[in-house]
Amino acid sequence: MALCFELTEEQNLIRQAVREFAEKEIAPVARELDEKEEFSVELTRKMADMGLLGCFVSEKYGGSNIGYISYIIAVEELARVDGSQAATIAAGNSLGIGPIYYYGNEEQKQTWLPRLCRGEILAAFGLTEPNAGSDAGSSQTRAELVGDHWIINGSKIFITNSACGLTGVIVVQAVTGTRPDGKRELSCILVPADAEGFKAIPMKGKMMWRASNTGQLFFEDCKVPAENLLGKRGDGFHQMLATLDGGRLSIAAMGLGGAQGAFEMALKYANTRVQFGRTIGSFQAIAFKLADMATEIECARNLLYKACWLRENNKPFAKEAAMAKLYCSEVMGRVVNQAVQIHGGYGLMKEYNIERFYRDQKLLEIGEGTSEIQRIVIARNIGVLGRAM
Amino acid sequence: MEIVALMKQVPDTETQIKVNPQGTWIIEDDIKWIMNPYCEFGVEEALRTKEKHGGTVTIVSIGPARAVEAIRTALAMGADKAIHVDDPALVGTTDSLGKARILAKILQSIPFDIIFAGKQAIDDDMAQVGPAVAELLGIPQLTFVNGLEWIDGRTVRVNRQVEGGSQVIECSLPVLITCQKGLNEPRYASLPGIMKAKKKPLETKNLAALGLDPAQVGKEGDTTEILRVELPPPRKPGKIVDGETPEEKAAKLAKLLREEAKVI
Ligand SMILES: Cc1cc2nc3c(=O)[nH]c(=O)nc-3n(C[C@H](O)[C@H](O)[C@H](O)COP(=O)(O)OP(=O)(O)OC[C@H]3O[C@@H](n4cnc5c(N)ncnc54)[C@H](O)[C@@H]3O)c2cc1C
Repeated sequence: MALCFELTEEQNLIRQAVREFAEKEIAPVARELDEKEEFSVELTRKMADMGLLGCFVSEKYGGSNIGYISYIIAVEELARVDGSQAATIAAGNSLGIGPIYYYGNEEQKQTWLPRLCRGEILAAFGLTEPNAGSDAGSSQTRAELVGDHWIINGSKIFITNSACGLTGVIVVQAVTGTRPDGKRELSCILVPADAEGFKAIPMKGKMMWRASNTGQLFFEDCKVPAENLLGKRGDGFHQMLATLDGGRLSIAAMGLGGAQGAFEMALKYANTRVQFGRTIGSFQAIAFKLADMATEIECARNLLYKACWLRENNKPFAKEAAMAKLYCSEVMGRVVNQAVQIHGGYGLMKEYNIERFYRDQKLLEIGEGTSEIQRIVIARNIGVLGRAM
Repeated sequence: MEIVALMKQVPDTETQIKVNPQGTWIIEDDIKWIMNPYCEFGVEEALRTKEKHGGTVTIVSIGPARAVEAIRTALAMGADKAIHVDDPALVGTTDSLGKARILAKILQSIPFDIIFAGKQAIDDDMAQVGPAVAELLGIPQLTFVNGLEWIDGRTVRVNRQVEGGSQVIECSLPVLITCQKGLNEPRYASLPGIMKAKKKPLETKNLAALGLDPAQVGKEGDTTEILRVELPPPRKPGKIVDGETPEEKAAKLAKLLREEAKVI
């Protein structure tokens, strides 16, 4: 009985509840929010009321503590309906709440987590910089301890949930000095959205995730109390890597859910669209596309759930997380491509949701480590590449 | 206040129903099951009643093991506890009166001030269980209720949908209310609610435990028998009337209505 594919009763109920919520509350507004490139505070609050923020946080801090597999199922179900809202929740949990919950001291947790779990505010994770993308360790943003304050200078780019009406706090990775071995010392610091010398500007003109908020951050002698350091000084790089390992599972969930949603649209269309006097799904060329989609989605789900299971059972999961992120996002890429193909000309029109899914997919191969970087992580884990990469 | 919501699990409205080869019932295997939407209004109203007056919300449901999922959903919405009746003698088609007898038996053993039920279940559409339970208990019933307000802690004023208008009735407790669309907007089962639901008491009872005789309420005791179940004949495809101008379309439509449909 060791190998078991059965989900628990709660996991099934959570899928059902999030699916119902997404279909009733998100589906009717998703296209319009995408079109207007608008982040919805109202919808984010509704998602928080469902308990979608703080999924892996203990009840003590106001979390819903549903477990990692359930969290991933929830993100999957959101992404089945809309990538942008799934992004708000995936980033809100894995990138925003995650580092504070796992590395914050008791006071920091008490200060931030209850409000974050209620959805009063959102947290963001500020790692990427204009000159430090895939090479995230090469941050140029500096923080200097002057008296009992950090003085931060630098900038961040592409930061999810960082420049919207709900942004409350940002976990910022900065260079805080030089280590004894001569390497740069990286630390994470909590920067409240109203900190002196801090400015966040929403980034407009995105191709995808248009209803998710993305911001560019500027720190000019930004001043925050010394106690806003997250965890130990010099732990920033390690905290960042561990956060990304978890974050990858949520991006993978978005790939899986998005692929599922696109597949369902394509299946329905193939069974109703008639050409040459038959439904197009009855042509083998179309039926085989759908068969391939279903097969790849099945593989993607099994891989992702296994990675989550490893994590939930405190086993090493970094390799499987990278594999799941890589595979699920690329599966969604192939699925949306063929799903648009099945829709013919209509699939290119905004009136059809598949058009949005096609655009939303591309981010998944870039954000939280590009597909190339995932392959590097996997290669290292299977012992083929050295550290020099 | 002791509040009870009667709840039935039914096939999802979007499920494609298939009839079994014998033509006696539907094939239940591939069905997705949900809480009867009218019962959901009842559960929501029960929760609102508790929020207003305090007390306990008890869910009572008859059904096989799968019904537990719908019961958990009601608990996740906020109900406090549940009684589930499951017995091999009930498999298949226990009729409305049989079900009402079971529910009444349970209600005679627990305290209640107000009972909510769906106006009907969307599977067999009998609309009899709620009224029959009230009759067996000898308490007033208000059916097809689509609005409810509290006059005081012991009196409700409800709105009933009736042909061509609505009827307003005041009634003191105890009372059984069957719920119609429009009564409220049911809340979602939240994720923390789902986690809490598994710790709430859920008692499963069989007929013997209730002191009921299968000859009275099971298949044997049924006063009605389902002879045959069949699907409605497939609908003929619709016709789209085309034409250059609205006038032309209207003229064609009128002609079709007269000559083909023969309705004008
Ligand atoms: C919508 C959106 C939301 C985001 N949210 C966040 C967020 O919340 N927080 C945050 O910190 N960041 C966020 N990011 C940033 C994201 O993580 C980065 O864009 C990503 O890591 C890639 O960095 P880059 O854009 O600088 O590309 P680059 O690193 O410049 O990469 C360019 C290309 O070079 C390739 N490449 C780079 N190095 C190698 C190598 N060693 N071997 C092979 N190929 C290589 C890459 O794979 C890629 O194809 C977000 C980005 C977007 C678009």
